[in-house]
Amino acid sequence: MFGLDKKDASLLLIVAVLVAFAPFFLNPFPEGSAMAQFNAGYPDLMQRFVIFGIFAIGFNILFGLTGYLSFGHAAFLGVGSYAAVWMFKLLSMNVIPAIILAVIVAGIFALIIGYVSLRRSGIYFSILTLAFAQMSFALAYSVLTPITGGETGLQLALNDPRILSAATTGGNIPVPALFGFEMRSSTQWAVGDWLFTFNVGYYFAAIIMLCSFYLSIRIFRSPFGMMLRAIKSNQQRLNYTGLNSRPYTLAAFVISGMYAGLAGGLMASMDPLAGAERMFWTASGEVVLMTILGGVGTLIGPVLGAGLIKYMENIISKINSDILHTWFAFLPDGLEDVVVTLIYPFIGKGWHLTLGIVFMLVVIFLPGGLVEGGQRVSRLFGRKKKAHDPKNATTEPAE
Amino acid sequence: MGILEVKDVNKRFGGLQALGNVNLSVAENTCHAIIGPNGAGKSTLLNCLVGKLIPDTGSVMFDGQSVLGRTPFEINQMGISRVFQTPEIFGDLTVMENMLIPCFAKRDGSFALHGIRSVFSETGLREQAEQMLEEVNMLDKRHMHAASMSRGDKRRLEMAMCLVQKPKLLLLDEPTAGMARADTNNTIDLLKEIKEKRNITIAIIEHDMHVVFSLAERITVLAQGTPLVEDTPENIKGHPKVKEAYLGEAA
Repeated sequence: MFGLDKKDASLLLIVAVLVAFAPFFLNPFPEGSAMAQFNAGYPDLMQRFVIFGIFAIGFNILFGLTGYLSFGHAAFLGVGSYAAVWMFKLLSMNVIPAIILAVIVAGIFALIIGYVSLRRSGIYFSILTLAFAQMSFALAYSVLTPITGGETGLQLALNDPRILSAATTGGNIPVPALFGFEMRSSTQWAVGDWLFTFNVGYYFAAIIMLCSFYLSIRIFRSPFGMMLRAIKSNQQRLNYTGLNSRPYTLAAFVISGMYAGLAGGLMASMDPLAGAERMFWTASGEVVLMTILGGVGTLIGPVLGAGLIKYMENIISKINSDILHTWFAFLPDGLEDVVVTLIYPFIGKGWHLTLGIVFMLVVIFLPGGLVEGGQRVSRLFGRKKKAHDPKNATTEPAE
Repeated sequence: MGILEVKDVNKRFGGLQALGNVNLSVAENTCHAIIGPNGAGKSTLLNCLVGKLIPDTGSVMFDGQSVLGRTPFEINQMGISRVFQTPEIFGDLTVMENMLIPCFAKRDGSFALHGIRSVFSETGLREQAEQMLEEVNMLDKRHMHAASMSRGDKRRLEMAMCLVQKPKLLLLDEPTAGMARADTNNTIDLLKEIKEKRNITIAIIEHDMHVVFSLAERITVLAQGTPLVEDTPENIKGHPKVKEAYLGEAA
């Protein structure tokens, strides 16, 4: 199917189904119940899941295949966001030109940074990309204020030209839309106590995420992808086999930079503003965490990692001490206070602490990330089933 | 005029004269061995041939073109393939993928952006790779992870990766170093077979005299960075200068 082998096609299909029905899967608890705060099926968060999924998929093409760890990928995301917002300001509120420009600008930016940074490998490459990203942040934050809006960020205004569409709609700033479908518009569907939200922006971003995912599978299985894995495995042998590793790594860098630009453009399409903090080094570090948490070099891993981190960021950070007290109300008074005091540092603003612990546990016990965890679980069940037939245990690799 | 012509090559590392006025001519379709005691400059010479080092003075001509100043991948594209002292293969890739990469390099040059079509749609290259694997008796291992194989198999794979490119010159850097006797003999047989079947020039650097005398048609003896003698194996065996270089003055 689509030029993929059976295994990849079924993976793509599973992801497509999960993404299509995410508003149901992510809202398993009825409204108003105690568990409702664990629901993640609201548009804002679902959009972030797929957008950061795209960002991580792109990052994985560079880091997962070639092993070059870029510590400045957020710069491309930020540049994409600025490009998209400028398109909204100057051209029209249609998201298509904004996203196209975001991808192109991020690609050019990646070409320049990659050309310089890829002269070095290993830790020096990482430091070079980090330096470039921090320089971009500094430029966006202060020097280039006329273009980037500086500290306040780049926002739409009533007097923007918007030459292809109405500058204002009824005296208000118009919102990003796809040929009339506003990104922020949602339909809600109540089934009993459950409330499901279907958001135009989410589904638009989800379709783009599926296309990006499909493209990344094709790249992974292509001769180009094989060369990138060969670079990670033994660059010396590659050079002595008559292949120039530089343009391969540069192409991978630019492709992953364009993925980041696409994610940035989509972020601006969902909420038309762009700020310099999107380029800050912590944002670059976040995508590294996502990729490692999910599984470096695996197809689906980065998407899972992005989902987990964004879920924790949005859900765990919302728990406060009052909520903890209601959870542990069944305990005797003194004990309740002790338990709440123990857990308190890990919730709310302390969600980073929880993330750090989860990250350490995954890296130590599951070096292959969540994907390896999934494989171990499925092997556990597979072994029980096939215990009487040892021949099935060795499977032929797919061709 | 040989296919490889090394003229007056000098290379210094600080105070050490690693190569001093090396002249070497490797005739087409022969097997030329370069031997010498430790520190004689064999590896330095080899690195000058493949673009890893640039000699201070002198010239290295291959097939009528200078190789000096070219990068290793350009020199490989000219037709020189190199086998390393410790097998250099793509350990994370399967044996089949290891074989396909040199096939792509041969067909598409040093860079080609085939980002969409699948590796497995390249039936022509796959057949080529499978045929080569068959020749070195490794076809049954084509799905294996290259890193999980024995050292002997890695060596054979590396050799197959070089040969599938149909190089004009194959450079072997101590191909049997650290091998068991049986593996060494297998390698010798494999190299003999390669020599008979293909029009290929082989330059080999080796410690093991058994290997050298069973393969080489010409031998150059290097000592302290300079060639002592160049002759046929029969004449080298009893040459007093060679004995002296290897065993010292007393012998």
